[in-house]
Amino acid sequence: MIPLVHQEVVKRHAWMTDEEFADVLAIANTLPGPIATKMPGYIGYRVAGLGGCIIAVSAVIVPMIVAMILLLSVFSHYRDVDWIRGMGQSVVPVVMVMLAQLTLDFWHKSRLALGWAVSLAMAVIAGVLIYGLGLHPGWVIGALLIAALLRPAQKASETRS
Amino acid sequence: MIYWELFLAFFIPNIIGYGGGPAIIPLIEAEVVGRYGWMSAQEFAETLALGNALPSPIATKMAGQVGFEVAGTGGALVAVLATVVPSLLLMLGALGLLYRHRDSPRVKRMSQWVRPVIALMMGWLTLGFFLEGVGGAGLLHTLVIGATAAIALLHFRAHPAIVVLGALVYGGLFLG
Repeated sequence: MIPLVHQEVVKRHAWMTDEEFADVLAIANTLPGPIATKMPGYIGYRVAGLGGCIIAVSAVIVPMIVAMILLLSVFSHYRDVDWIRGMGQSVVPVVMVMLAQLTLDFWHKSRLALGWAVSLAMAVIAGVLIYGLGLHPGWVIGALLIAALLRPAQKASETRS
Repeated sequence: MIYWELFLAFFIPNIIGYGGGPAIIPLIEAEVVGRYGWMSAQEFAETLALGNALPSPIATKMAGQVGFEVAGTGGALVAVLATVVPSLLLMLGALGLLYRHRDSPRVKRMSQWVRPVIALMMGWLTLGFFLEGVGGAGLLHTLVIGATAAIALLHFRAHPAIVVLGALVYGGLFLG
């Protein structure tokens, strides 16, 4: 989606330069939450203030939210029909595969950055805390984020501008 | 207060969901299915399947759909705002600060440290959906659909919408 936004914002409407666009993308990436709402929100705000921000974000998200709600409410309405229920059950294994793919993806990236031993240790400890002791995942991840932010950077990888 | 719960259920995953867009999926599941029990695992799977089949970010589609299911249009609005507004406000308000730190190793480390936890939660959720599939469609159908979906998605790089559609046809014909 980002190349398409770039096409519109930089090439077609010339609201910002290539360089500015790259900076905004880099900044958006330092924050959590979907990139596809942060970019339009920021660009909309810069071009036309608060109204521009609201319109740009709405244009990205509203059509598909409406589609989701309509499709799923029709689906839920006929849940008692046998073959409709069958259709519902059939997507569970598909979602399982999609999540398995994402699991491997996250594991792979984690292994590349931290090594498999550290990744495994962190995953196991987090698993025990979240699923064993019933701690809310927000506490575990929040603590990790704060630790990552506060721990001084190693000299070798210190490349702050 | 339902609106406050909806706000929290989407605010928390979106503010800690570092490490890539899909990282919020298991975090939202932990709130919506685990903590508040607004949806069954089956319903969550349906929402995810449709969410993956349609374009635009998964986080806002899930927020809109779950919010609407729980508390109507107002609920959808609250959940979507909780998803979009906090990080957008940070971006608009702290642009200079963020710009200076955009290449900081600390920011990179935040994503890196969260990923193993997300990988584990994602794996746990995968296992949950396997058990859900066995309980609903049965072991044989779960394996047939799962294997076909894996080949289509990984080997042939089929669009998720095609794979979901294929599963729906299979389910309508053989699981009714």
